[in-house]
Amino acid sequence: MSEIKLMKGNEVLAEAAIRCGCDGYFGYPITPQSEVMETLMMRRPWEETGMVVLQAESEVAAINMVYGAAGSGKKAMTSSSSPGISLMAEGISYLAGAELPCLIVNVTRGGPGLGTIQPSQADYFQAVKGGGHGDYKLIVLAPSSVQEMNDFVNLGFELAFKYRNPALILTDGALGQMMEKVELAEFKPRWTSEEINENWGSWATTGKPASRKKNVVSSLVMGSEEMEANNLRFQEKYRMMEEKEVRYEAFQCDDAEFVLVAFGTSSRVCQKSVQIARAKGLKVGLLRPITLFPFPKLVIKELARKVKGFMSVEMSAGQMVEDIKLSVYEAGSNARVNYFGRMGGIIPSPEEVVEALEEKFSWEISYGVKRSY
Amino acid sequence: MELKDLIKPENLVYEKSKVQEDTYMHYCPGCSHGVVHKILAELIEELGIQEITVGVAPVGCAVFAYNYIDIDWQEAAHGRAPAVATGISRLYPDNFVFTYQGDGDLASIGAAEIMHACNRGENILVVFINNGIYGMTGGQMAPTTLEGMVTSTTPMGRNVDLNGYPMRITNLIAQLPGTSYVTRQAVHTAGAVRKCKKSLKKAMENVLAKKGTSFVEVVSTCNSGWKMTPIAANKWMEDNMIPYYPLGDLKDSVKGV
Amino acid sequence: MTEELIIAGFGGQGVLSMGKILAYSGIMENKEVTWFPSYGPEMRGGTANVTVILSDTRISSPIVKHFDSAIILNQQSMDKFEKSVKPGGILLYDPNGVIHPPQRTDINIYKVDATVTAVEMGNPKVFNMIVFGSYLKIRPIVTLDNVEKGLQKSLPDRYHNTIPLNLDAIRKGQEIVELVQEV
Repeated sequence: MSEIKLMKGNEVLAEAAIRCGCDGYFGYPITPQSEVMETLMMRRPWEETGMVVLQAESEVAAINMVYGAAGSGKKAMTSSSSPGISLMAEGISYLAGAELPCLIVNVTRGGPGLGTIQPSQADYFQAVKGGGHGDYKLIVLAPSSVQEMNDFVNLGFELAFKYRNPALILTDGALGQMMEKVELAEFKPRWTSEEINENWGSWATTGKPASRKKNVVSSLVMGSEEMEANNLRFQEKYRMMEEKEVRYEAFQCDDAEFVLVAFGTSSRVCQKSVQIARAKGLKVGLLRPITLFPFPKLVIKELARKVKGFMSVEMSAGQMVEDIKLSVYEAGSNARVNYFGRMGGIIPSPEEVVEALEEKFSWEISYGVKRSY
Repeated sequence: MELKDLIKPENLVYEKSKVQEDTYMHYCPGCSHGVVHKILAELIEELGIQEITVGVAPVGCAVFAYNYIDIDWQEAAHGRAPAVATGISRLYPDNFVFTYQGDGDLASIGAAEIMHACNRGENILVVFINNGIYGMTGGQMAPTTLEGMVTSTTPMGRNVDLNGYPMRITNLIAQLPGTSYVTRQAVHTAGAVRKCKKSLKKAMENVLAKKGTSFVEVVSTCNSGWKMTPIAANKWMEDNMIPYYPLGDLKDSVKGV
Repeated sequence: MTEELIIAGFGGQGVLSMGKILAYSGIMENKEVTWFPSYGPEMRGGTANVTVILSDTRISSPIVKHFDSAIILNQQSMDKFEKSVKPGGILLYDPNGVIHPPQRTDINIYKVDATVTAVEMGNPKVFNMIVFGSYLKIRPIVTLDNVEKGLQKSLPDRYHNTIPLNLDAIRKGQEIVELVQEV
């Protein structure tokens, strides 16, 4: 029987890692996610499942420990918060370039710089556009509840190994610190050496048995033609993700004239905004991207053909709104795309989202038609 | 006597290790890397550990080390090899994991990673090639560049007021309780090669016996970067490098001391 | 049913743990729960507050501007949250930490002399459970049986011997809560 518990998002990340058969966690303390490693150290999974937990000397070292472990076919993960993820950007680019599966969690805080420790979504671009150098994408999952913090650890690993690509959970300090009811997953055993050799023996550096050629994990290519061939293969992989892995949730979008688009914590706020707006007679819906890459372009394109407008609700300065605009443009729609957000670690209130919607779409609301330009 | 009469097992005096790949090396003639690669391949074969060995290559001239030794390899980001090796070794504690790093990689950009890996006593071998210069990128100053030594970024010679002092990082490493064996060797003469091989063998045996970090510095030449012939480079190394980086064991004890 | 509650006071008054016990009791009643603390530099030695939401349906925003109920345990929190109670909502406070009593005329106001009572009970630590009892008397959203189960779940095993004492404190709080103003 599954276990129901009241847990913090950060604690759940740790518990879910143990339960999904994670082999190694490498991290460095940073607020507001230090409870991930603290929880692991208290739980002592090395006694239970053999999972390794190691406090690295820096985020730079942590991500490279993940590289080493991932390169040898193990389920390896790290977690950090915004400034730490910036330090990891080099390593993440190498992981993507060497096509290594791993899980990275960014419990985001306000930036730039040292910023604040309060929740933010200002690392959206960094997460979905790559973040480090070179043409690459991460699979980016955006949980909006403690339950999803739990579920996406396993999902992140599954997708990472399916595509041999790093997966990133983009969450924030609010979800990390919040406690909610969570149904924990059943324990899954860690992979055996036989399973690793069978499934990942074609690339993992497990030590070279006489029966196979050596495996070399590397992102280095000397010839530009060869590198371009690699790039094309990567792009094809990202295209496959866009075709197969898009996940989203739509609330009351069927009859909506205005659609709020929000992920994570701000999507929770917007659920309430939808209720408030509907009580005022406004036909408002909410589209919640669950995968930020691949971005749910298709559903936005479909909605763009029937709604009067979108409003991207963010805890950032207008980042996701660009992806919404691209999708609306690709749909050939003239639906208006607005942005409302708070920054610096402030979560918008449901009421101020509705006020912003009324203000930004005052023309459409007054005249009841789509405004043309 | 014909050639075919000579080629008999009983007449064999030297054979390239089977663990060494049958390929040309990209290293400059006279470079020390090839010799150290050869020793490593021979030792992996002699110790019978090819199937459990994983090497971590650096960024630097040895970036292609993985082309020359027939084992599993990972290519690390610049300076991060000790962290990568930590990730591998912690999850495969029975494998033999080693890093192979140059002076820029280990002592400059990767100074934090090497210090902390050694301080944790990661059960790995570190092979540190110190030739006092950045060979791959065209001869820039390294942390180990000697005072007064001309490089492309110290065209008037290393000035300690501006650039600081040549770093004896191996001496620092030897202070760390996580290390069990720390030594400085060279491969510029047949005798030095034999000694270096002995040291590397001991270091590898220590790792196989789970004694913590073993660290072998090899004071080396870079005749291209130094703009010398291989013979002149060996002589210059003896006259200048070895007095500052004296050869011999710095530490040979059990982990924790 | 949805109850959106703010509990606010000093760090050390048991604000966060009171919220946690309520949340766990809610789970025992098969409700959806969210416990969202203020976190940040102000936590250290300063004020602490937590939003607790219990609902029969999926919970939306953890950020709440107007609360159904507020439990206020010091003056700073009164200054900050008195205005955040919905008209017709509930404000419960302990006069011991509050110099200026609430002025609102459009909300139900209750007080509980929990600081003094806790000392009288011989254990200042049960302060928060007395307050919790008063709240449950006003808003019986979870049964005492489920509170007991919630305590078992939220307290580490080594503190399970304190459960009877905590339940006594809750009952005491239910007895001594006073109505100040009803609308």
